[in-house]
Amino acid sequence: MRGIISAAGYVPHNRLDRAKITEFFGSGGGKGTRSVASYDQDTTTLAVEAGRYALAAAPDGCSPESLWFATAVPTYLDKTNATIVHAALRLDSSAAAYDLGGGVRSGIGALRAALASNDPAVLVTSADIRTGQATGGDEASGGDASAALLVGDDSAGPVIAEYLGAGSATREFLDTWRVPGESRTRHWEERFAETQFGPLADQAWNEALKAAGLSPEQVDVLVVAGSHSRAVKAAARKLGTGVGTVADDYSATIGNAGTAEAGLRLAGALEAATPGQVIALVGLADGVDVLLLRTTDAITDWQPARSIGDQIAGGNPDLPYAKFLSWRGQVTVEPPRRPEPARMSASAAGRSYDWKYGFVGSRDRESGAVHLPPSRVSFVGGNVDDMEPAPMADLQGTVLTFTVDKLVYSPSPPVVFAVVNFDGGGRLPVELTDVAADGVSIGDKVEMTFRRLNTSDGIANYFWKARPVR
Amino acid sequence: MGSHGIKDRVAIVGMSCTPFREHWDKGTDDLLIDAAEAAYRSAGVTKDDVDAYWLGTAQSGMSGITLAAPLKLEGKPVTRVENMCATGSEALRQASYAVASGAYDVAMAIGVEKVKDSGYQGLNAFPIPNDGTARTLTAAAMFSLVLPAYAQRYGVDEDELRRVVARIASKNHANGAKNPLAQFRKEMSVEAICNMAAVAGRLSVFDCAGVADGSAAAIVVRAEDAHRYTDNPIYVKALSVVSGNGSGLLDPEYDYTTFRECAAAADDAYAQAGVTDPRRELALAEVHDCFTPTELVLMEDLRFAERGQAWKEELAGTFDLTGDMPVNTDGGLKSFGHPVGASGLRMLYEVFLQLRKEVPAERAIQNDRKLGLTHNLGGYPGEMVSFVGIFGSEPSA
Repeated sequence: MRGIISAAGYVPHNRLDRAKITEFFGSGGGKGTRSVASYDQDTTTLAVEAGRYALAAAPDGCSPESLWFATAVPTYLDKTNATIVHAALRLDSSAAAYDLGGGVRSGIGALRAALASNDPAVLVTSADIRTGQATGGDEASGGDASAALLVGDDSAGPVIAEYLGAGSATREFLDTWRVPGESRTRHWEERFAETQFGPLADQAWNEALKAAGLSPEQVDVLVVAGSHSRAVKAAARKLGTGVGTVADDYSATIGNAGTAEAGLRLAGALEAATPGQVIALVGLADGVDVLLLRTTDAITDWQPARSIGDQIAGGNPDLPYAKFLSWRGQVTVEPPRRPEPARMSASAAGRSYDWKYGFVGSRDRESGAVHLPPSRVSFVGGNVDDMEPAPMADLQGTVLTFTVDKLVYSPSPPVVFAVVNFDGGGRLPVELTDVAADGVSIGDKVEMTFRRLNTSDGIANYFWKARPVR
Repeated sequence: MGSHGIKDRVAIVGMSCTPFREHWDKGTDDLLIDAAEAAYRSAGVTKDDVDAYWLGTAQSGMSGITLAAPLKLEGKPVTRVENMCATGSEALRQASYAVASGAYDVAMAIGVEKVKDSGYQGLNAFPIPNDGTARTLTAAAMFSLVLPAYAQRYGVDEDELRRVVARIASKNHANGAKNPLAQFRKEMSVEAICNMAAVAGRLSVFDCAGVADGSAAAIVVRAEDAHRYTDNPIYVKALSVVSGNGSGLLDPEYDYTTFRECAAAADDAYAQAGVTDPRRELALAEVHDCFTPTELVLMEDLRFAERGQAWKEELAGTFDLTGDMPVNTDGGLKSFGHPVGASGLRMLYEVFLQLRKEVPAERAIQNDRKLGLTHNLGGYPGEMVSFVGIFGSEPSA
């Protein structure tokens, strides 16, 4: 049996209330909120978050042979972004890492290819940061999020949703397009694409049902994902006739997550599913893809690491619109008059690979003292080269003392910083994120999150920060 | 094995200190020439009489050539030393040990920093290529971590503690206002400081040392030769440096209410000098008030106050110019600013003047003790270097 072994969606902490757009400009915006990636997140770090959740919810010892990462907003071109996700997830070096990108369709495409592949287990990650231009429809309707689906054979772990079959329909037509480097997505008149999607949806739907040997009445949950809202509604209306239920989307809270939308919606459907349900995932983007899955008894024992619903409920609804604009580069604010950070050294980063990307310290075998960063000589007892790796990324810590630095260079001042003592030993003075400057107290519990600290010479410098446990 | 020190084996017979300023019109060379020439005059020597030089600068130049070239020294050994904010004191330590060893008769320790050419406010270390994981907080923020930790540990109200450290700034500015060499010569009230906007934790700009260019120098000779140069030599009683191993950043036990390196350097220096009750034996102390919480903690690490009591002693005026244990009588880093390579020697210059009774009456200490202390630290809580020196106007009996 092949299918989904684990799944996760990740929703960034901050929400933009769309009414704030209208308040500021007198136009644009709308009802509800959209999710906003923090200034220290990019699609790569978003993919790490979802990947961590998906692997945390997978059976112990289940490690993918391949990592695929799909995004329409890659941090690097030429260089593979997935290797950074691979490093942060501490995957074995024998596991491959590949980017898929450009079109938002690569999200559901990666999922379909993984379900059809021979790799025993593939972690399919997708992430997107949807910016648009101020007052535009894409700004309001977009959302930043990521998804990760661990796809594989039951030899790799219990399959919670069996892959039944797929159908695709492709035909070139111009709907939306974006020039590389720009935040604005351009659109042809919506009606034209709507007419194109309709027949393609029918075609893919029928092919998928045929491949799976199902009739529409046997579909319990229909999930339609796509950024063309009229076409999505039309497809849901038409294909939904006779199926059990049509799943709600996250447009009122997260927005449309572009490349990550299909994976996010599927993860959400799995979180809500009971055994024996047939889920149809339909993706509309430059064609139509349909994936059919049936949940197994194993889904009863599967627990998401952090459900999408919890993340929606735990978000910060108070992000100022100005922060959104400045974080996304739509408004340029003056940086602190301090030297900007120097670029990281590739060779130094290579030497501290486990620390920098995996947040692995070292533990003195004799005294048990944890060293962050890892050290060859113990500060307790002085033993030399008698350390074992101390993976710390999944441990929580407690704030001993803290400060707010309004002087130091930051892409989004001020810097909130704390001395953190980890459960079970180990200390790190570390920057906090996803926290208000007045929102920290001694004794607060924090957890670690992988972030992009800064960028210099085009090099995105990644490391870990702490965030409040919510 | 042991740290024995060189108590009373060398003496300082001449010193100088330039005004600490934003010296837009003076470069590193000018500051060095001004300080060296004044030190020669103070000791009554010429540059050829000085056998060896130690130049302290953190980042205003590389190698001894930074000094030899502007002074046009001929065939002299010049060594540039660097030990973060203890750089100036480190130059003195090396010069003193060289003379004590018998290798040289006369040595100069000189420190300089030209800070104001960087185009940025504050001090900015130049970057060493690294893996990009290092902390990038300002020093102000790193030292501001002390206040919540101290308040928590000793149950002091945070607003009260904020006033305490503001009083430290106010005290040092009151001293600096009387000192023509100081950069800032304006008194600052506790209220005014408390009302300023916070820039790092609860610290305002006036909880931070100023930023100035400057230079200071000392001439060191063997103790038995000292009276050939002056009637009032100042004897080196102790020189101690402790380089921290960074364990405070690793060790969950370290609680940010003490600087272990400073306490260790103080213990070593007191042992070298034979000081058992510093609060009663020292006439004054010049300590590294880079930020106001630093001075608070140092009063305990240097054993001028019991643990958890420094804040009360500060409020009681113990460390005022007229107090029981005057601290930073010249105005400190608060009033002088902090040209890194020069600060340690600037502190020694104040001890030199006070013990020789060469300061004007309005800023003279009120006690007649014979020992003075200088202290530097470089780095951050949990990971720092510290220097403690003790100096006396009388040789041991």
